[in-house]
Amino acid sequence: MTASERGFDVLVIGGGPAGITAATTVRRHGGRVALIDENVDAGGQVYRPLPPGFPRSSKPTSEQRAGDRLRDALASSGADTFFEHKVWGVAPGFRVDAVGPHGAVALSAPRLIAATGTSERVIPFPGWTTPGVIGLAAATILLKAQRMLPGRSTLVAGCGPLLIAVAAGIVKGGGRVAAVIDVASRGEWLGRLPALVSRPDLLARGARWMSTLRAAGVPMLWRHAIREVRETASGLDAVVGPVGPDGAPRSGETCHFTVDSVTVGNGLTPASDVSRVLRAKHRYDLVKGGWVAETDGSGRTSVPGLYVVGDGAGIAGAAAAEHHGAVAGLAALHDLGRLDITVVRREAERLGAKLDRAARFGRAMAGMMAIRGAQVTAIPTDTLVCRCEDVTRAEIEQAIDDGAREVNQVKAWTRCGMGPCQGRTCGDVVAEIVAQRVGGREVAGYFTGRLPLRPVSLQAVTGDYVYADIPIPKAAPL
Amino acid sequence: MSSVAATDDDAGAGASGLRIGEASRGRQVSFLFDGRPVVACEGEMIACALACAGIRTLRASPRGGAPRGMFCMMGSCQECVVRIDGRMTTACQEPVRDGLDVRGGTIGNIP
Repeated sequence: MTASERGFDVLVIGGGPAGITAATTVRRHGGRVALIDENVDAGGQVYRPLPPGFPRSSKPTSEQRAGDRLRDALASSGADTFFEHKVWGVAPGFRVDAVGPHGAVALSAPRLIAATGTSERVIPFPGWTTPGVIGLAAATILLKAQRMLPGRSTLVAGCGPLLIAVAAGIVKGGGRVAAVIDVASRGEWLGRLPALVSRPDLLARGARWMSTLRAAGVPMLWRHAIREVRETASGLDAVVGPVGPDGAPRSGETCHFTVDSVTVGNGLTPASDVSRVLRAKHRYDLVKGGWVAETDGSGRTSVPGLYVVGDGAGIAGAAAAEHHGAVAGLAALHDLGRLDITVVRREAERLGAKLDRAARFGRAMAGMMAIRGAQVTAIPTDTLVCRCEDVTRAEIEQAIDDGAREVNQVKAWTRCGMGPCQGRTCGDVVAEIVAQRVGGREVAGYFTGRLPLRPVSLQAVTGDYVYADIPIPKAAPL
Repeated sequence: MSSVAATDDDAGAGASGLRIGEASRGRQVSFLFDGRPVVACEGEMIACALACAGIRTLRASPRGGAPRGMFCMMGSCQECVVRIDGRMTTACQEPVRDGLDVRGGTIGNIP
């Protein structure tokens, strides 16, 4: 039979740093909370644990220690956890439907905290769908959670702090990095230094990554981007060329790298599926990574009872997410009438200072990952933009020529964003393409949130049932 | 020390040189991909085990029929979808298990 509902005070979707602290905070103040995540354990992408069976390092990194600390806190909090559960449905009020290893579950609570993190933006180029070309975030997961190199030789390209994190991880893992290709200039990075000193520990880690790369003699190409990747007999042939500050290709010498793997990422976009499905008000914010739910300082959205926290509320990094989740946990319990305002104020004050400091660092990094419009302008017309449905830029442009003024029209006319990924991969780029033709992101809009949030089989949702048990509604009068 | 590097043919998992600290990995696991035996280590995701065995194409795209494989590694993009016992699932989120019969995820490719 289909799942019967289990009730809680607060539901948390997402087991990254924001979701964990939201759940532990609610528990600490006596609330009943359930946390749902599709991975085997908590940690999110940044604090992903090694799978069972993998040897633990005798010298864990600061990131591994932080992840273990968060996981321990969650495990001992008494929160109900649903790992390996894919959330496919959210409904007002709130009800969350998920499918896990033992079938469908349905959870309900008057408060819902969405801590769904981000997805990666990759600006399409010819050949970006070739197997062996993967996201930068994907490469961090391979290195951290699978102890695997993306290739024997890898080209690392795109923008933001993941570039040097991934490249240094590959070098330390014994792999070869052909080059690091950064859209930004060295000067842009230096310009961020004043904000970065707010977290000297993270700044020092970045410096260590850079020295690893220097010691390995990895070439750094600033103000460059991938033009094309071709599959050849000897591997992937990546063509790299110079770009301007806005990301537009510039004339100048191109170079070729023959590698067996390319990892590329152009920043992170907030995963706003849950708040979009629940029809919260959103606004476009370039530095926060795209469309985000409008929130107050405690994550409250325009939908009463719905909170959005962490990177899903705007890219600010894992360190900030941890404090943000706790603040929202306090707010959710207070809004339920379960927590006195003096307690909330006392704790929020303590968290607020840490949150500000961490967010300052995170937003400086987010600024390095903001979409550069001219890089989207330069996508060649015959390049696939929507991977799920094989939709090219030319088809999107044709839809706009035919009168589409908004991304959902483009979706309906071309199937762009209609495939199994629900537009998570292409959504931000399609919106930018449309925005450049119709007069801005606010006009172009965003893909309306639709269920299911993840592809699930009908069988998994319905479970085993007896035909006679299906209720037949009374027929409408003739 | 058990190591998958000792396997002798191209179905072996060790030849790739992609595993970091391979020698100290967990128990060996073997499964089938499109009928071809693949050896992996416990704890690895199917997409990763296949990449280590030199298999990166997991399906063909629905319209263009172009090769596709692992891309986001976090269950978002759905590019690495494969079929296990008739069930479609993301190979980046599904751990290897002994005896799994994994097929490519091309739609219309049901054997």
